[in-house]
Amino acid sequence: MSETSHSNKAGRAEHTIPAPMSLLAELTHRCPLSCPYCSNPVELERKAQELSTEDWLRVLEEAAELGILQVHFSGGEPMARPDLYTLISHAHKLNLYTNLITSGVLITPQTMKRLDESGLDHVQLSFQDTDGPEADRLSDFPQVQPRKLEAARLITQAGIPLTLNFVLQKANISRMPAMFALARQLDAQRVEMAHTQYYGWALKNRAALLPSRTQLEEASRYVAAEETKGGLAIDYVTPDYYAERPKPCMGGWGQRFLNISPSGHVLPCHAAETIPSLTFDNVRDHSLSHIWYHSRAFTLFRGTDWMPEPCASCARKEIDWGGCRCQALALLGDASQTDPVCSLSPHRHLIDEAIAEAEKTNEQVFIYRRMGQNTR
Amino acid sequence: MTTHAPHTMLTEDDCPGFSRGYRLQHDKVREQWVIQAPERALLADPIAVAILQELDGQTRLGVVIDRLAERYEAPRDQIATDVLALLSDLTEKRIIRL
Ligand code: SF4
Ligand code: SF4
Repeated sequence: MSETSHSNKAGRAEHTIPAPMSLLAELTHRCPLSCPYCSNPVELERKAQELSTEDWLRVLEEAAELGILQVHFSGGEPMARPDLYTLISHAHKLNLYTNLITSGVLITPQTMKRLDESGLDHVQLSFQDTDGPEADRLSDFPQVQPRKLEAARLITQAGIPLTLNFVLQKANISRMPAMFALARQLDAQRVEMAHTQYYGWALKNRAALLPSRTQLEEASRYVAAEETKGGLAIDYVTPDYYAERPKPCMGGWGQRFLNISPSGHVLPCHAAETIPSLTFDNVRDHSLSHIWYHSRAFTLFRGTDWMPEPCASCARKEIDWGGCRCQALALLGDASQTDPVCSLSPHRHLIDEAIAEAEKTNEQVFIYRRMGQNTR
Repeated sequence: MTTHAPHTMLTEDDCPGFSRGYRLQHDKVREQWVIQAPERALLADPIAVAILQELDGQTRLGVVIDRLAERYEAPRDQIATDVLALLSDLTEKRIIRL
């Protein structure tokens, strides 16, 4: 893009581009667990590269100014950052809605009290499974389940609304009724059940994780049965591999959402660092507003101008925005192609082949997420 | 802890307020009012805003209805119906607590 056309666009950008609604603040990639479907990048960032407390405080102010309404503190395990409480109370003072996305293993009566006093609005607690040994196996962490149950108890005791989050995959679909029962027993207000998305760590483990079509039908039946009971909000995310059309990408690339990595890179999506042609501006060098409206990583796939066929002439192009850029990259090696999940894509056969392979794979041997031990 | 009855109907003697994790907030960038809630911000229409702004967890709804009827010069019956219906619905969704 030439400098002139860029500055022309820059003059109008604030009027034509919507302001972002939500910020995912990845405070650290450090985590005591090692899930094989972790959505963190395969190249994990190290502690020495992490943003300082002052950087984050300033970023939160810029976020509120820019129009962000909700901040999701995430990781890795965000509770591994000792300044988490300072950041939450600062966000709270700025009238930002604060959500903590945690594995719960660092929640104790003491840390819970500090979270509560910081003004935390909501906790999303991730569970691997309802079954203790299975949860240990998946997280590669001994006795993880009792710690999570205790965390849930402390959260609801403090009166903070709780969402349980389960990542669905081949081996745990049959336990969905038990997951709903657990959510009710722990007095959670919401339960999120999302099928694994296949890029990053999960793509390495796809054949072992992807459920069969029969399992998927089973999952939908469980959800429908639970919904008739009421009293529990269910957010069920189906696996896009079995759909005809891709899922909309976070309401559109650079339309609602931004993600800040532990070292301060600003990403249009948490998996965007997998796209080698993109470079990301850093909050150490630019304001959040400048990055949102003008940085190349955001403008590149924003809107519909970048789209190839079949998307360019498709009626759904402002509904699903051509699907997932990261999935196109992971499976086609080119982030600017139509998401291969779409049945109009010439590459849909790759998805069907992956489904066929997964149908044959029963034994689960995982590549666990690890710092500094990246396999292939 | 509040037990969640499927059909809560509020009365003028209740003194509801927002539950923890929910609040009414003015979004100055988009010039609109929203209800902040777990994982989403719900758009609040002007009638809902007028009602929700009156809630503090201590004032009886009867008093709130009187105030609104006076301010908007509207029949009290109609205001009462709107207020109780909206807040019963939001209580059922756990956004409002008694
Ligand atoms: S062709 Fe593109 S825009 Fe149309 S449904 Fe498929 S992915 Fe979506
Ligand atoms: S590009 Fe893909 S991974 Fe990224 S936000 Fe969009 S759908 Fe999600």
